[in-house]
Amino acid sequence: MICVFGALVAVAHIARGTLVPIDAPGATEVGLDPWNLPEYAVRTTLRMFAALVASLLFTFTYGTAAAKSRRAGLVLVPILDILQSVPILGFLTFTVVFFMNLFPGQVLGLELASIFAIFTSQAWNMAFSLYQSLKTVPSDLNEATIAFHLTGWQRFWRLEVPFAVPGLVWNTMMSMSGGWFFVVASEAVSVGDNTWKLPGIGSYVALALEQRDIAAVLWAIAAMLAVILAYDQLLFRPLVAWSARFKFETTAGATADDPWMLRLLRRTRMLQLAGDRIGDLVGALGGMRLSFSTGRRQTNEVAPSRAVDIACAVLMGAVLIWIGFMAVGFASDTLAWADLLEAFELGAITMLRVAVLMVLASVIWVPIGVWLGLRPVWARRAQPVAQFLAAFPANLLFPPVVLFIVHFHLSADIWLTPLMVLGTQWYILFNVIAGAAAFPGDLREAAANFRVGGWLWWRKVMLPGILTYYVTGAITASGGSWNAAIVAEVASWGDTKLVAHGLGAYIAGATDKGDMPRVVLGVVVMSAFVVLFNRLLWRPLYAFAQRRLTLG
Amino acid sequence: MDVDPCLLEVRGCRQAYHKEASADLVVLEDVDLTLREGEIVALLGRSGSGKSTLLRIVSGLLKPTSGDVFWRGKALTGPADGVAMVFQSFALFPWLTVQENVELGLEARGVSRVEREKRAEQAIDLIGLGGFESAYPKELSGGMRQRVGLARALVVYPDLLLMDEPFSALDVLTAETLRTDLIDLWSDGKLPVKSVLMVTHNIEEAVLMCDRILVFSSNPGRVASELTVPFPHPRNRLDPAFRQMVDDIYALMTRRPVAVPKAATETPVSPLAIPLQRVGTNLMSGLMETMAGEPYLGRADLPALAGSLQYEVDDLLPLGETLQLLRFALLEEGDIMLTDNGRAFVDADTDERKRLFADALRAYVPLVAMIRQVLDERWNHRASAVRFRDELEDHMSPDYADATLRTVIGWGRYAEIFNYDEEAEQFSLDDIE
Repeated sequence: MICVFGALVAVAHIARGTLVPIDAPGATEVGLDPWNLPEYAVRTTLRMFAALVASLLFTFTYGTAAAKSRRAGLVLVPILDILQSVPILGFLTFTVVFFMNLFPGQVLGLELASIFAIFTSQAWNMAFSLYQSLKTVPSDLNEATIAFHLTGWQRFWRLEVPFAVPGLVWNTMMSMSGGWFFVVASEAVSVGDNTWKLPGIGSYVALALEQRDIAAVLWAIAAMLAVILAYDQLLFRPLVAWSARFKFETTAGATADDPWMLRLLRRTRMLQLAGDRIGDLVGALGGMRLSFSTGRRQTNEVAPSRAVDIACAVLMGAVLIWIGFMAVGFASDTLAWADLLEAFELGAITMLRVAVLMVLASVIWVPIGVWLGLRPVWARRAQPVAQFLAAFPANLLFPPVVLFIVHFHLSADIWLTPLMVLGTQWYILFNVIAGAAAFPGDLREAAANFRVGGWLWWRKVMLPGILTYYVTGAITASGGSWNAAIVAEVASWGDTKLVAHGLGAYIAGATDKGDMPRVVLGVVVMSAFVVLFNRLLWRPLYAFAQRRLTLG
Repeated sequence: MDVDPCLLEVRGCRQAYHKEASADLVVLEDVDLTLREGEIVALLGRSGSGKSTLLRIVSGLLKPTSGDVFWRGKALTGPADGVAMVFQSFALFPWLTVQENVELGLEARGVSRVEREKRAEQAIDLIGLGGFESAYPKELSGGMRQRVGLARALVVYPDLLLMDEPFSALDVLTAETLRTDLIDLWSDGKLPVKSVLMVTHNIEEAVLMCDRILVFSSNPGRVASELTVPFPHPRNRLDPAFRQMVDDIYALMTRRPVAVPKAATETPVSPLAIPLQRVGTNLMSGLMETMAGEPYLGRADLPALAGSLQYEVDDLLPLGETLQLLRFALLEEGDIMLTDNGRAFVDADTDERKRLFADALRAYVPLVAMIRQVLDERWNHRASAVRFRDELEDHMSPDYADATLRTVIGWGRYAEIFNYDEEAEQFSLDDIE
């Protein structure tokens, strides 16, 4: 009870703070006293959850619309696909300016900008997950809901949402992990000459970097660890365990023990009562016989109207041409072809970095992941650790690395590079662990029986078996690395500034100068690289793995 | 009760799927069906005969391309109240408990919670699920799951209970228990339904449970004949009259379709328009060897053969028909006989068998002959599978086209007529002399 009230008071206190004018004393001031950290941590976490709520709202509207309307899907799905690849860190400047103009002179504008940045790192994959679930609802269950007269509303809550829950929970957890990276980057924002710092862990670290206070950095890392551990244990572990009941499987598998928090929720009478009430409420809400589509609901094939399709396509084409026209007009004032060339050159450098890093990370983590995955006891221990490491915002670890580089006078071009995969390599690790753990026992026995060993074992037995899992992890890792380039190719320690050559540094530099056209150019080029990387390498590889390397 | 009031009437029902390039794919053609209160009716036919489609039309899930459906004298425009369905795959919600699954249909109707719980409990007890209320479907065996499916349908007190191959996903013993339980409840008047319509491909099941059987023929689906089952419940499978009826239905279903006189305007049927059934070469050899040996010695009674092999109609008939297509066997009045070619195949060694099979394929399966011809003509002896699939899809649904192509690939590989590269989706003559 005390915890609950404490949390409420804290939320109220912070909410009151957002309406304060931006110039008011203390509103945007950050102190390095470690005792400030608990409050900062709470503020940062609240921003995360505010963004999470927004992401969920977005997911349920956008994802549902894309899945339910064929025409909307034709437009919404490609947009989502592109948005996923856009390095949103580069846009921080604009969003800050936009929200500041929306609420001039109030902290709320800054807060919203920060929340928006986190939102953009969370929403896309959640919406995709819901979309994909809605598209793959088993047809017999769908027929059953129609045969038993469920309305569209009831069907959504009884069938479609439960079916989507496991994927959605997993993606929410991934999004949360990705979000920390952005929250740290988005709390201290400089636009042109002005720098604002929202009280939070991110701005605390930024200040510590300015003042060369390594102790403060370490304190921040400790606070972050505590926060991640707390929400992981209190929220996501129980949530994942609970969502297992919605897994669409018709056989009872081995079930893991309930996490302690879920046990607590289930066993504590008061909490259980509260949970039941909430469950009843949700049930009643989902059970309401609301119907949005009146007429008959039969699955007869209505031939889609060609004319409307064509009209939609023409309209979309017109909009695209208009946007392209505007963009060219906007860019041609300040940009020359040389700028585009420069951006592509730098993009190629960054791509080289990403490629090298992916190879290195794979060489290191695939054998380790396989080793762990084949030993169930170890796999069970390692999996949460890898997930935890993926959630940890790697940008908090930059300062020590920068210190190291400065101290030994190393080349920034080479030694800043590893920072890009610091946070994303774990996706490879835990996907490989999962793949190795799921590797069929009889195939392993067969390989052992025929004395397949050494390199042959890797080539013919294990690597093909885990390829789908590996590719899933590698897609996430490489996408994240591109994004991280924007903060990883430029690092500073007090007055010392390390800059590596690359597209990330280009975008970061342009942002610092408030040079909008170049930021846009950099972001567009980077998106193009990411999309191409995905289309030309990862997608075909994944399709191949799906087709050839899975049974059935 | 009124004297046989008519529950449901289907008149001149036709279901076709529109295809862009060519003629419609007709699944059901000119089907009439009348259901009265107090009877159990079976729609019996092979897979692909459109019986499941008819069930979906009756349930209101699907609107027929043409024809009328009347439910209690009124035209049907969507899922009717008073019709409940049991699914072949059970279609239980894995995240709802047994109780919640059963309550689903009531909840959709806005029945109050108290009433819901009461009725669900009654249905659960009636169907023998008492004690499992709080279990999740995945904790239950297949038979128990289908009991949940039944309870979920019965709890809404439907006038008409629709069952789509309700026992075909269950093992033999479980299915039998469930059938007899259901018939006992029906005979005792404990089922809160007025009439039952079930789809099945199991002849014995239809004769065991139903008062009336509509036998469907395939391509397109038509009602080939209608039989009344005169035996009182409980029925005895070993009763000679029962056996005779099963035999008769086998004969009916293996009878070669009477050539329908074609209108002069109609285009001649392409040799490619025969959908092939996915029957493996091992199965064919196995069946021929079995027929050649004791006790059949070249001629077997289909029901007896099915019984000893534990096959259902859907397993055995495609096999028999494929052998007939390749002239290895003949189907006649519920019997299957080996031809001379068939005997030669049984006596041959592996290489000789492949040669015989290749000869039969090239002579009687136009698609195989065509693929080989195209390969011979090409300079690189390669051909994409896509073009053959496209050609097949002009004559049949994409699913059938795919199955047909895969069957031909399997046969052609066995007979070493051509090779196939799955990755490139290409036929070739690699490794073939």
